Amino acid sequence: MEKSVVFNGKLLPYLLLAPQLAITLIFFYWPASQAIWQSFLREDAFGLNSEFVGLENYQALFAQPEYYTAIGITVVFSSLVTVLSLGVALLFATQADKNLKGGSVYKTLMIWPYAVAPAIAGVLWFFIFHPTLGTLARPLRAMGFDWNPMLNGTHAMILVVMAAVWKQVAYNFLFFLAGLQAIPKSVIEAGAIDGAGPLRRFWTIIFPLLSPTTFFLLVVNIVYVFFETFGIIDAVTSGGPAGSTTTMVYKVFADGRLGGDLGGSAAQSVVLMVIVIALTAIQFRYVERKVQY
Amino acid sequence: MSLRQFAAAAAMTAIFGFAVSPAHAVTEIQWWHAMTGGNNDIVNKLAEEFNASQSDYKVVPTFKGGYPDTLNAGIAAFRAGTAPHILQVFEVGTATMMSAKGAIKPVYELMKDAGEPFDPKAYLPAITGYYSTSKGDMLSFPFNSSSMVMWINKDELKKAGVAEIPKTWPEVFDAAKKLKAAGHETCGFSNAWASWANIEQFSAWHNVPIGTKANGLDGFDTVLEFNTPLHVKHLQNLVELQKDKTYDYSGRDNRSESRFGSGECAIFLTSSGYYATAKSTAKFDFTSAPMPYYPDAQGAPQNSIIGGASLWVMGGKTADEYKGVARFFTFLSDTNRQAKLHQESGYLPITKAAYEKTKADGFYDKNPTLQTPLKELTNKEPTENSRGLRFGNMVQMRDVWSEEIEAALAGKKTPKEALDSAVARGNAMLRTFEKTAK
Repeated sequence: MEKSVVFNGKLLPYLLLAPQLAITLIFFYWPASQAIWQSFLREDAFGLNSEFVGLENYQALFAQPEYYTAIGITVVFSSLVTVLSLGVALLFATQADKNLKGGSVYKTLMIWPYAVAPAIAGVLWFFIFHPTLGTLARPLRAMGFDWNPMLNGTHAMILVVMAAVWKQVAYNFLFFLAGLQAIPKSVIEAGAIDGAGPLRRFWTIIFPLLSPTTFFLLVVNIVYVFFETFGIIDAVTSGGPAGSTTTMVYKVFADGRLGGDLGGSAAQSVVLMVIVIALTAIQFRYVERKVQY
Repeated sequence: MSLRQFAAAAAMTAIFGFAVSPAHAVTEIQWWHAMTGGNNDIVNKLAEEFNASQSDYKVVPTFKGGYPDTLNAGIAAFRAGTAPHILQVFEVGTATMMSAKGAIKPVYELMKDAGEPFDPKAYLPAITGYYSTSKGDMLSFPFNSSSMVMWINKDELKKAGVAEIPKTWPEVFDAAKKLKAAGHETCGFSNAWASWANIEQFSAWHNVPIGTKANGLDGFDTVLEFNTPLHVKHLQNLVELQKDKTYDYSGRDNRSESRFGSGECAIFLTSSGYYATAKSTAKFDFTSAPMPYYPDAQGAPQNSIIGGASLWVMGGKTADEYKGVARFFTFLSDTNRQAKLHQESGYLPITKAAYEKTKADGFYDKNPTLQTPLKELTNKEPTENSRGLRFGNMVQMRDVWSEEIEAALAGKKTPKEALDSAVARGNAMLRTFEKTAK
C-alpha cells in the first residue's frame, strides 16, 4: 500500500507560486519593460505627442560630459556609503550585542532613523550642517574650519554621504545584530578557552559566521545607494554645488521629474539598471564564493 | 450608539441632506494648488467665499505640495485622465504649460465661451505679459505674483555707518565692506534664488536680453545669450567678494532667507513675498528697496519681472464646468477682493483698479515695503528684454544655471567660462524642448 502522498497535476504548485509571480511581473518586469520602451521615445511631459527616435536618447546621453561626471561621482558616493554604513553598523551591532545596561533602549534608538523618510532626513541634515544656521556647523566654523557645503563640493559630498549612511546604518544594524545573536555562544567560548583574544575571535569566528548576513546586506546596500538615495540628495544639496553631488540616480530624477525629459530619463534608468544587474551578478559569482553558509 | 439608532440617524441625514440641497446638481471645480501656511488659509477662504456667494458651483481646493510637485501632479493626472479643472503653476512652468496645447484651455477663450465680462487691459501688464501670447491673449490667470527686492536691516546699516540705503551695485559693495568691518564677518550681503537674482532679474533690470525672441516670449526657437560682458562683470564682482565673504552665497532656493531675519546678512535680495516672514521674525527695523543696478549700464534700471504663480485651466472639461471656472475668475478679479488679498498676503494686486484703490486708501504710507515690488515692475514701460521670459524646461534649467554660478564662486571656472557653459547647456535643453513642443 502506497503511504506517501503524491500530488498529481501541476496546477497546485503554479497556483501557490502565482501571487509571488504576479508581484514580480507587475512590480518589476512590467515597469522595467516600460522604461526600456520609453527610452526609445521622445515625448513631451503631458504625453500629447510621442515619437520613436531609436537610440537618439542614448546618443544624447553619452554625448553629455555631465553624465560621465555623474558616473564618477556615483562610484565615489556608492563606495563610501556602502562601506561606511556596513562598517559602522557592524561596529554598533557588536557593541550592542554585549551585555549592556539599558541595552534594549540603545537597540531601539538605533533603529529609529530607518523610520525617517529620506526627504525629512535630508532636510534635517541640511539644517544641522547649514553653514551659518546649522547647530553643528557653527562650532565647526568657530574652530576656524571654513565649512561650506553650499560652495565646496567635497563638503557637500561628505554631507550627503553622512545623511545617506545615517539612514542605512539602522537597517544594517538590525540585521547584523540578529546575525550576531544567531552565532552559538559555545563556539565563541571555545575560542576564548583556546586563548583567542576578542579581536582574534571576531575575525576568525564571528566575521566568517556572519558572512551570509554581510553578503545579503552588501547586495541590499548597493541597491539602496543606487536607487533610493535621490530623495536625500534632493533635500540636502539638489545635486550641487556645481553638480558635485549629482549621482546617476539623482540625474534620472532631475531630468525626468524636474526636466520633463522622460525619454532621456528612461535611457538613464536603463543604463543604471544594467549596471546594477551586472554588479549583482558579479557579487553572486565571485563574492558569494567566500560566504560560508 | 446602537445599530438601530445609527440607521435612524443615517436615514435622517439622508432625508435632510436631500431637503436642503438645491434642486439641481452642484458642479464641482477641482483646484490644485501649492500654497502653504498663511497663504493656504487664504486659498481656502477664497473658495469658501465663492461657494457661499452662489449655489451652482463648488470650488474644492486641494494642496499638492511645492510648486514642482504640484506641476508634476497635474501632469501625471492629465496623463491618467483625471486632471483638475484649475492647476496652480509657478512662473517658470509657463512654457511647459503653454506648449501643451491639447492639455489646457486658454483663459481668454474660456472667458469668451462662458460669456463672462473680461477686459485683459484691466490687469497690470507687467504681470499679464508673463502669461499672454505675443498677441496679448491671456493664457493663464495670474494668482500670486511677487518680484525680487533688496531687504535692508536699517539698524545694522546705521551701526556700520552707512547713511543711505545703497541704490547701485558699487554702493552695495561699499556698504557690504563697511558691514563686514563692523562685525558682519560671514556675510556683507547675499541673495536667495541664485539664478532668479543674478541672471533673470539682473538682465531685465538692466534691459539686456536673457535670450533671443524677447526672452522666448515670441517663440520656442529662442537662443540664450546672457554671457554678455555686463553679466560677466557682475559675476566677477561676486566671485571677488565671495573670497572674503563680503558676498556670501546662499543657495539656489530660499531656504537660507533666515540669514536676513537672524541679522546675519544685513543686505539680502529675495522675493517680495518674504514680507510676512520678515515681519514675524526680524527683531530689528527693516525695509525693502529696489534691486541695485550698475550706473554705467545703459537704461538701467529698467523694470523687474515677476515671480509667483498663475492658474491654468486644464482641457477636456464640460462647458458647464468651464462656466464655473470663468465665474470663479471673475470673482477673483473683483477690486475689493484683490485689494484685500494684496494687503493681507503681501502678493501683488493683479488689477490696476486694486492697485489704485490700495494707493488711495493710504495703505502704502503705512506699509512702504509692499510698494517696492510694484514700483520696480512699473518703473518703465517693459521692453523686449523685460516683459518676462519663457523658456522650455525652465524648472531644470534654473538648476543648471545655478550649478554654473556655483562653479564660478567656488573658483572652479572663471565667470566667463561659467556663463558660457550655462548658455551652452541651456541651449541644448531648449533644443530638446523645442523638438517635443510642436
